[in-house]
Amino acid sequence: MLTILFDGVAYGMLLFVLACGLAVTLGLMNLVNLAHGSFAMAGGYIAVVLVNRMGYPFALGLLVAFVSTAIIGIILERTLYVHVYRKSHLDQVLFTIGLVFMSVAAVDYVMGSSQQFVQIPTALQGQLNVFGIGVGKYRLLIIVVCGLLTLALQTVLSKTRFGSRLRAAVDDQRVARGLGINVGIVFAVTFAFGSGLAGLGGALGAEILGLDPTFPLKYMIYFLIVVTVGGTASITGPFLASILLGIGDVAGKYYVPTLGAFVIYTIMIAVLIWRPQGLFGRVTVR
Amino acid sequence: MPTVLETIDLDKHFGGIIAANKVSLRVEKGARHALIGPNGAGKTTVINLLTGVLRPTSGRILLDGQNITPLEPHQRVRLGIARTFQINQLFADLTPIETLGLAVSQRLGSGSDWWRLVGTKSGVTDETVSLLERFGLADVMDERTAVLPYGKQRLLEIALAFACKPRVLLLDEPAAGVPEAERHEILATIEALPADVTVLLIEHDMDIVFTFADRISVLVNGELFVEGAPDDVARDPRVKAVYLGEALDG
Amino acid sequence: MTHPLPNQDMTQGTAQSRAPSASQATTSVASHVSARLAARARWSVFEIVFWLVVIASIFLLPNRHLILAEIAILGLFALSLDLILGYAGIISLGQAAFFGVGAYAAGLLAKYEIVTEPVLALLLAGALATAVGFVTSFLVLRGSDLTRLMVTLGVALVLREIANKFSDITGGADGLQGVTIKPVLGLFRFDLYGHTAYCYTLAVLFVLFLLARRIVNSPFGLSLLSVKGNPLRASAIGIAVNWRLVAIYTVSAGYAGIAGALLTQTTAFASLDVLSFDRSADVLLVLIIGGTGYLYGGLIGAVLFKFMQDWLANITPQYWQFWIGLLLVIIVLVGRDRLTGWTAPVRRLIEKRWSSATPKGS
Repeated sequence: MLTILFDGVAYGMLLFVLACGLAVTLGLMNLVNLAHGSFAMAGGYIAVVLVNRMGYPFALGLLVAFVSTAIIGIILERTLYVHVYRKSHLDQVLFTIGLVFMSVAAVDYVMGSSQQFVQIPTALQGQLNVFGIGVGKYRLLIIVVCGLLTLALQTVLSKTRFGSRLRAAVDDQRVARGLGINVGIVFAVTFAFGSGLAGLGGALGAEILGLDPTFPLKYMIYFLIVVTVGGTASITGPFLASILLGIGDVAGKYYVPTLGAFVIYTIMIAVLIWRPQGLFGRVTVR
Repeated sequence: MPTVLETIDLDKHFGGIIAANKVSLRVEKGARHALIGPNGAGKTTVINLLTGVLRPTSGRILLDGQNITPLEPHQRVRLGIARTFQINQLFADLTPIETLGLAVSQRLGSGSDWWRLVGTKSGVTDETVSLLERFGLADVMDERTAVLPYGKQRLLEIALAFACKPRVLLLDEPAAGVPEAERHEILATIEALPADVTVLLIEHDMDIVFTFADRISVLVNGELFVEGAPDDVARDPRVKAVYLGEALDG
Repeated sequence: MTHPLPNQDMTQGTAQSRAPSASQATTSVASHVSARLAARARWSVFEIVFWLVVIASIFLLPNRHLILAEIAILGLFALSLDLILGYAGIISLGQAAFFGVGAYAAGLLAKYEIVTEPVLALLLAGALATAVGFVTSFLVLRGSDLTRLMVTLGVALVLREIANKFSDITGGADGLQGVTIKPVLGLFRFDLYGHTAYCYTLAVLFVLFLLARRIVNSPFGLSLLSVKGNPLRASAIGIAVNWRLVAIYTVSAGYAGIAGALLTQTTAFASLDVLSFDRSADVLLVLIIGGTGYLYGGLIGAVLFKFMQDWLANITPQYWQFWIGLLLVIIVLVGRDRLTGWTAPVRRLIEKRWSSATPKGS
């Protein structure tokens, strides 16, 4: 049971790193970005190419995945996304679905449709024995890395000036602009960072989540669940939602294997019926 | 005169903010009752509570003695309360004919008929016609609401509430934002409202209030402050203090 | 005629300066109103021509009946989405849920010979989809656009999971095998060229179209437009907004279910992709291409989409989804308003709008 808890927490934290960019862009720019998973996929495939095919060290692969996806994020944000900020949610949905279709087909064309894995260094394979429980080393790494990232995010948000600008802009864009905050730059940096985190999550999680061209479609719903259940008002909301989701999914698939995937879908629907604004905070309704 | 609309200790809290505090308002049948007060006093909150858009934290609302507090907004309309909005809430893509026809049809019970075409019930169209004329909308009846001049939109706003044949009509700043040239039409329309319709009016324009109202309630910081006949309220030193005090501060 | 009420003071500002004869003015207003309302749902020339062309296609394009049947089914599916998106403003990413329910229901009814007559099976499949629509309609009442997106997506995914899990009944990823469809009404056998299929689907489409046309031009349909435009005001004039939404969502689910059932009946096959996200996304695109809110958008969009899909599939059979994605991106960047501007002349011919203002998209 503890193994399940452990795996669930690892899965949840991974989901959080993947989805937090989406939560922030939704809360900040009121942007429904269904293509968020494409950035994760990009990061995953970049890591695959670097580590598997070109023999780079694993850690470097992760870092490059993060940076390059962030760069892709900035480019796309300034060229494409910036045009849809003011459009209706329907338009954003159509637009980002279009991007998903394009990315899925493109990756299929370039990399083929079979599932890929990032080669994990031998040091991270296998299990550790912690207090008599078998603890996967890789999952432990995920928990550590994601935990550190979460802490870093929380620190940036609450202790830095950029963080307070971001929070102000999320809270009320017009007022933030009126205060002289360059909301455009905040958008761009945040989008890039969120995409980079997604890419990092994709690279890190390829082993656990499975990486193939249909990744953005498969996991779209998961990210959306994290965001709608967790709300966009804080970091803690999506974080707790991710953990809940991670544990729920792993436990569900273990204890009730016939209904595995149902558990999270039903949780999501139930939460949305009960509290349409999310469990933990407001989901921007504009 | 009997009481047609009454609130008993109506409270509304938003977290720590008290928007309405033990508001006990009584409106008599056929009255022209004005609700005034400084900005942010909670007047629109009271209207929202009366119509069911907001749920009170505590307290009750009675319409002709019947407790309507648990009812949804559309249910209250069917019992005879209608309102206008401070900022026009209209159907941008519909024309005045369609807008008013919709409300009339809804009231006459044929609003959810799905098997017959719009305009095939003469009772509905006759009444729509009379509404269009009465409120001076006949000349723009074919236009999409979004392209109408603001004054006409405001008239439509009032006509729409009137189309529900309410017993109690709540007007939220009916003359707000209307250019000077078109004001008289709004005012005349309000003055021409039938005597058996009770009107509760929120207004800032004191000329309108004192011309029109036979009773005034003053709301300050969510609380009913002073109530009485217009002359009494006008002379009341406390009211002067509230309004003049406002002017001195701001 | 206006009825004078007690104490009514008709001061001069109330109405525009009156014509010498008040009753004359009233009569002219009344007749104008009647004329306008009568013209509202009259069949325009475009509509008549459209359907004549459609019927003519049965005889003029006998070699294409198979693909025409596909178009008709897709058009019906898109019509179902138009009912909720164009007329009630509900954004759904999971319309395939009802399509799939209808598809599998029809397939199972035929495979296990529970109901062998296709029209009857069609009605039953549609009824089942309607029931599922009714039950799930309560989920889309609350929350924002995003919540609705999520919920509709979630429902479709749940149903797909169910279909996957119960693969011994549904055939799982391989699809429902061994389905044979008996002749329609016992008389018209399904042939290899799709003649029966096309006439059958066209007949169903036409009947359902007429019904939808009635509904949207009824007081109920008008109230939906008011709910879509301003739900706050709609409830403030006595409209029970939630029940209207439940009603149209349920009807829309039934339409989608019948479209799905038609697909199964004309192809004798059903697989998991009837419930897939791709199908929900495609039908959304179809409707967007054709335009929402005037009922013909889904049909026109279906024709355009199929031609495009055919053309693209010939060029790049495996990666045509890329081009569909690109199309979506371009449509949004160019602006759907400009797109509806492109179809505006068509819409104007169809719609009997009051003013000459361009009708808006959703």
